Amino acid sequence: MKKPTRTSIFILVLISLLAGPANRLLAAGNLLIKNATILPVTGPPINGGDVLVIDGIIKQVGRNLTAPPGTRIIEASGKYLIPGIIDTHTHLALSGTNEGTEAITPEVNMAEVINPDDPAILTALSGGVTMVHTMHGSANVIGGVNVVLKMKWGQPSEKLVVREAYPTLKFALGENVKQSNRMLLPGRPQRYPATRMGANAIIRRELLRARDYMAEWERYEKLRSSKNPPPNLLPPKKDLRLETLSDLLRGKLYARCHAYVATEMVEFLNLAREFGFKIGAFEHAWEAYKITDELLAAGVGISVFIDSWAYKMEAAEGIAYNAAYCTKRGILVSINSDSSERVRRLFNEAGKAVKYGLTPDEALKLITINAARQLGVDRLVGSIEVGKQADLALFNEHPMSAYTRCDLTIIEGEVYFDREKLLLEREAAAARKGGN
Amino acid sequence: MSRIQINRCKKGLLLKFLLSLVIIACLVQSAVALDTEKTGQSDQGLLAIVNARIVPVVGQEIPSGTILVENGKIKALGPDLKIPSGTRIVEARGLTAYPGMIDSYSSLGLVEISGVPATVDNRETGRINPQVKAIEALKYDSMHIPIARSNGIVAAVVAPSGGLIAGQSTLVKLDGWTNREMVIKESLALVVELPGLRGGRRGFMGLGAQQAAVSTEQALTELKELFDKARMYEVRREQAAKNLLLPRPDFDETSHCLLPVVKGELPVIFSVQADKDILQTIRFVQEQKIKAILYGVHQGYKVAEEIKQAGIPCLIGSLYEQPPVWEDGYDSLFLNPVLLHRAGVKIAFSSSSSSAAKDLPYHAAKAAAFGLDRLEALKAVTIYPAQIFGVDKLMGSLEAGKLANIVLAEGDLLELGTRIEKVFIEGREVDLNNRYTELLEKFRKREREK
Repeated sequence: MKKPTRTSIFILVLISLLAGPANRLLAAGNLLIKNATILPVTGPPINGGDVLVIDGIIKQVGRNLTAPPGTRIIEASGKYLIPGIIDTHTHLALSGTNEGTEAITPEVNMAEVINPDDPAILTALSGGVTMVHTMHGSANVIGGVNVVLKMKWGQPSEKLVVREAYPTLKFALGENVKQSNRMLLPGRPQRYPATRMGANAIIRRELLRARDYMAEWERYEKLRSSKNPPPNLLPPKKDLRLETLSDLLRGKLYARCHAYVATEMVEFLNLAREFGFKIGAFEHAWEAYKITDELLAAGVGISVFIDSWAYKMEAAEGIAYNAAYCTKRGILVSINSDSSERVRRLFNEAGKAVKYGLTPDEALKLITINAARQLGVDRLVGSIEVGKQADLALFNEHPMSAYTRCDLTIIEGEVYFDREKLLLEREAAAARKGGN
Repeated sequence: MSRIQINRCKKGLLLKFLLSLVIIACLVQSAVALDTEKTGQSDQGLLAIVNARIVPVVGQEIPSGTILVENGKIKALGPDLKIPSGTRIVEARGLTAYPGMIDSYSSLGLVEISGVPATVDNRETGRINPQVKAIEALKYDSMHIPIARSNGIVAAVVAPSGGLIAGQSTLVKLDGWTNREMVIKESLALVVELPGLRGGRRGFMGLGAQQAAVSTEQALTELKELFDKARMYEVRREQAAKNLLLPRPDFDETSHCLLPVVKGELPVIFSVQADKDILQTIRFVQEQKIKAILYGVHQGYKVAEEIKQAGIPCLIGSLYEQPPVWEDGYDSLFLNPVLLHRAGVKIAFSSSSSSAAKDLPYHAAKAAAFGLDRLEALKAVTIYPAQIFGVDKLMGSLEAGKLANIVLAEGDLLELGTRIEKVFIEGREVDLNNRYTELLEKFRKREREK
């Protein structure tokens, strides 16, 4: 063995000096949660279980675990530890939702309008939500590209983005896009489409355009790479709308389609077959229970409300059994909030599915692993398993009970919501106020 | 066979005895039949729910007992009750009997599909509408009513909305073949909507946004003027009635409809949110000497002591809202009922909805999650609203003499997963089929056909 030289010692010292602060930063993602009832979602519950988190990753799940010295220990006896809740349909943490001036706007990207200061992030955290799919609105038939965010309050936009998630493109059908609940103002022309026929036709038109566009570029590339390219060869004109749609046709983007009634979902499935694009999920899908065969055959899941219904005509046959029945039929179902308020009680919404036929374990999947699968991040999050990111939430009662409350929300081993700490801060503030 | 035997016996005495028995039996039978007719809708007159865990809400829980119902009312309840013969028996082993819940503020029967104006009847045009009555527009066969009922809700306040004086609310039971058959109190209270914390509630897609942007002070001044005018109107009409030489004032609809309020006969439900507005409202109520109930009360906890001193009950608005003021804390709406109750204010929960009226128990449970005692949460959807609305002699708990409004639940009444097995309203078992179950059945057929 070689003797360490002065230089090598110097380098080692330098590395440890440099690594020092980095180590401390990483140590923030270290935790040992002890004596909780762990609901891992993908496995059986563990009573009196511990979870060890190192560098934001779940290192061990079991009983009587020990942690390296200096690790923060969270005593959780009598409480329930679940994977962080994932909301598959929200519009929070955005500084814009709808580019609704035209029916077709796939060139817009929600990743460019992230607002990390939206208090809705705190609202989400207070309900154990650690990740959201935040989307373009439903004002137009083809909206924009959506983005998946972690609720890392206090961090800049780029730290929130989950790059591993499926890239998705928002589509919308029905009453919102045909603007049937809007008052027609004199002098303002009605936007096309104004019917479900038009909505379908406009999608077909745009996808045919995108096909032509792709063919044009292919011709160009062929000529350019040929042995003797024509001297005055010009590339086709770039079209950002058609670029996005080309990505959809190439399978690089998943369609997430806002739809309510059975017919429009059946027809969108047909469009997907006709053009060979992938559907990530139907959003809202209130009449999914009517077409379970078609959804199963296409392998398309749904992201739905549990029972928020009857707010417009197309939601008047939205039955609270939808999520449970479709789950029983084998469809991949997640429960979403679509609201910066409902997001904080998404666990209550999932809990309602128990009344309509699911077990509490099945119900909990609707807002954890199922949601992760729909967003393409189930390798990373959605359950408590060794190797997954430590996105966790701690509840004082079973999370599917009406009497439960979220006490702690953790993202990658860092505590982002701590009710106990918050109450202490509040008390201290009240005392200061009282003292003055 | 027996008759042959009797004939063979030829013992006159025995025959006479048997004949008289038959006659007596016939008489008893016709008496029972008469009784059934007399009670009309009441289920057979006699009903016994047996082997139930009974949570009467008022009084001790009975681990396993019987509720005896006669002519739509609770006759008795207890662990060992004698059941008269001929009583319909409902086996309730494994089930818990609760009093039916009362939704203290809803739009049931007035709002069917909120985004379709043709199905919305809760919001009259204009700002001063004391003449409109919720009962007169109530759609008794609303699709939302059987859904609420199948969650254990048996009665609801139905309130109009919009403007300053929205109209007259009604208290109904959730059963009846017409709106009039549902009436418990035709006119329960006048609804006054004071400006909210965010400049008035907006409704679906801004439909309610025309709420005038006035301050609570202005609104109360306007109300005072209207009340004074009504009082003067009454005086002038009385004087004209006594003295034929005095001119009789022209008919004034608003004053006419406000008379029961200024006389203290008809209470006013004030929809009010901010602490300062609540204090102003209390002063107004005391000056005007009217009966009042507060509704919404988002910041009530900040002035709980004052509300308690004034003896005004509070109907808690929907907990499905953002904190009205961010600085109040993310949990202020959940803590509000807890702190109000702790201060001694009488509270009742509400759905504040029609399509989500079935969620009433979950609002109560949410407050329990943030510190309200679970039995108190249950009381705030049963006996407390009954007391607030002056119908606690009729309903709100399982007690002898009260109407048999009974819910048989598979578990805790306020719990999300609990299925409701049976609901009795005034002793009648009501149909728990609803839009949800009917549509599910319809499309399950497709699955079965294969």
